[in-house]
Amino acid sequence: MEGIAWMAWTPVTAALFVAVALALGAMSWFALARPQPERVGILGIATTRGDRLFLSLVLAAVIHLAWIGLIGTAPIAALPIGEGIEISSLWLATAISLVAAVVVFRVV
Amino acid sequence: MEKIPNQKAWFLVLPVFAIVAFSAVIPLMTVVNYSVQDTFGNNKFFWNGVGWYQELLDPGTELGGRFFASLWRNLAFSGIVLAIEIPLGIVIALAMPREGWGVAFSLVVLALPLLIPWNVVGTIWQIFGRSDIGLMGWAVNRLGFDYNYVANPIDAWLTIIVMDVWHWSSLVALLCYAGLKSIPDAYYQAASIDGASRWAVFKAIQLPKMRHVLVIAALLRFMDSFMIYTEPFVVTGGGPGNSTTFISIELVKLALGQFDLGKAAAMSLVYMLIIIIVCWVFFTVMTNAGQERRGAGGEP
Repeated sequence: MEGIAWMAWTPVTAALFVAVALALGAMSWFALARPQPERVGILGIATTRGDRLFLSLVLAAVIHLAWIGLIGTAPIAALPIGEGIEISSLWLATAISLVAAVVVFRVV
Repeated sequence: MEKIPNQKAWFLVLPVFAIVAFSAVIPLMTVVNYSVQDTFGNNKFFWNGVGWYQELLDPGTELGGRFFASLWRNLAFSGIVLAIEIPLGIVIALAMPREGWGVAFSLVVLALPLLIPWNVVGTIWQIFGRSDIGLMGWAVNRLGFDYNYVANPIDAWLTIIVMDVWHWSSLVALLCYAGLKSIPDAYYQAASIDGASRWAVFKAIQLPKMRHVLVIAALLRFMDSFMIYTEPFVVTGGGPGNSTTFISIELVKLALGQFDLGKAAAMSLVYMLIIIIVCWVFFTVMTNAGQERRGAGGEP
């Protein structure tokens, strides 16, 4: 671990990259197992599932940044564990991103 | 003969994959890691959550103020540069000869600025604009204008814009020229039979035929000017004051001048997101333009 100390890993960012890697792996497997031709959606461009995943991820980043910039990250609730774990309103942005991802996969 | 599906060739991509992982993915992961932490050196990091992003996206803070100021500055620069270079490129392309020795000559002359390293372009204009030993600076001052790009923000902007126009209009012109060359003579013959004016020919034939090249030129120039670093850094160093500090210059100041790795990481990720979105638009337009052209070519 000493050798990669400069990379400054945190559990959260590690989880993020593991999730992205898993998503890419799953999508690759899915593309081989159930190939799907390109399709033209509401953007008027031909997209594959990979394109839609990319769009969803970019959209998620934009939604989270917009939320931080416009609304902020004040706590909206506290979990009654120990001294109480506060839940940031940023999770609402995550929820919106998930909905947006579903929408992107269906209509784009 | 039946074709056997064989995807093993994909394994040939593995070396590239390894190199990209080493040179791009690992540094990118590190930047993401830095963006949620603070450090005071010695590889000691402290969790900061989305704190840097909050500061970055709030124009009221020092970091946010600097980020938005340099962002608007950069967008203004890109807008001005596009507004000059695209029409100028079209005009140059229209004025270029269609045949004879002039074609090769003008192509070489136009390509010259594109061949000069960016650092050298900066140095050329840095000296060219000086009022004591620079030809342009001296001449402009002798004409009675008080021109000094080191002290006056407007002069600094003018210098950088003129430099960028000098450096990159050729690219737009060359792209437009390629678009013009692809128009068959039949179109012009039909236009002359109809008695179309020069302007009508431009509006109805040349401009529509150049549309795709122009979109590509505009996006290419936008991206390049949005990521500009070397030339303004060499000419003005971001000054006077902060007047020509574009995002990439601000980022380098933050990361390598102040060593605020967390702030710089958050800023570079937001910067990268903007670039990724523009790149995606660029890529989509390019591939779709190609498909349309293929489709048009297939029709009888």
